[in-house]
Amino acid sequence: MMKNKYKILFPLFLETFKLSAFTIGGGYVIVPLMKKKFVEKLNWISEEEMLDFVSMAQSCPGAMAVNASLFVGYKMAGFLGQIAALLGTILPPLLILGVISLAYTAFAENPVVKAVLLGMSAGVAAVMLDVVVTMVGKFVKNKDVISLILAACAFTAVAFFDVNIIFVLAVACILGLIISSRKKRCGK
Amino acid sequence: MMLLNLFWTFFQVGILSFGGGYAALPIICEKVTSENTWLTVAQFTDVVTISQMTPGPIGINAATFVGMRLYGVLGAICATLGFVAPACIIVTILAIIYKKYRKSDVMGGVLTGLRPASVGLIASAALSIITTAFFGAELFEINIKNTDIIAVCVSIAAYILMKKVKKLSSPISIIILSGVVGGGLYLIFGGA
Repeated sequence: MMKNKYKILFPLFLETFKLSAFTIGGGYVIVPLMKKKFVEKLNWISEEEMLDFVSMAQSCPGAMAVNASLFVGYKMAGFLGQIAALLGTILPPLLILGVISLAYTAFAENPVVKAVLLGMSAGVAAVMLDVVVTMVGKFVKNKDVISLILAACAFTAVAFFDVNIIFVLAVACILGLIISSRKKRCGK
Repeated sequence: MMLLNLFWTFFQVGILSFGGGYAALPIICEKVTSENTWLTVAQFTDVVTISQMTPGPIGINAATFVGMRLYGVLGAICATLGFVAPACIIVTILAIIYKKYRKSDVMGGVLTGLRPASVGLIASAALSIITTAFFGAELFEINIKNTDIIAVCVSIAAYILMKKVKKLSSPISIIILSGVVGGGLYLIFGGA
């Protein structure tokens, strides 16, 4: 067990490094990346756990990509895992910005850089759409009406009414508690 | 001493920035342009542009870049560590609680509410990423005239490829491919 724990540290570092390097256009982009790599390919976490980590990562201060990586690191190998995940997440910006800061105006105004970044944003849009369709599709498939309604409300509140995310999450916690205690009582 | 100050400043930013990297930017601005006069507002605008352009979490990028401009690599490391330190502490506490009480009624109840709400938030982030990519604006500022045809085509093609071609189902390969093909199209047809 101990040996396995050490063995996982390097892959953990490497995967969080990639995760961070491809976080383009905001923290939520890690969701499709985590789902594909950590859930489907490596089987490190279940999809439920991933959603739990994302929910909790949002509730904590700081960058979401860092927080989510820290949760995955802790799950895989405790504190050492967190250190590996943290290094993996902060190293790409450090390296990239280290190079760019030497000539950042040249970088920011370079037409090729601009064109490639725009192209990448279009790709990110497709990737995000895909992950949302899959997740909502799962609720529909399981006929999970309550989850569908909760997701729709959270979406509407944030996308159309600009409600604070922390407020939405707090309300969701309370509703979750009420719903699950109701279910239990009905079950008995 | 100056490095310690930098660490402490970004530690405070790290505590206060709820809701992701974009929430951190105004706080960093306040700290580095008015509370401390490390950068001018114009210089900070550069920080924002670069943080958004470069890959990586925006808050981390901004901390790294400010640190780098002030005291080089050492500054970048101090600012970044300061920014992530509060998150590390809070996440660790939550991770321990999660591991211990995941199966409990209360935690289970909280998570049944949080999971679907998170899906909603992810959907909202997706919408904003899509409208920014297609129209260069947030939802309520969309002008159909500004539709970026190249972005729309690249996105649709990327979506279909991701679904139909097994080898391209990984988000990273799709993002790289879009960067190359989309980038080429922008350079040929203009619009970048």
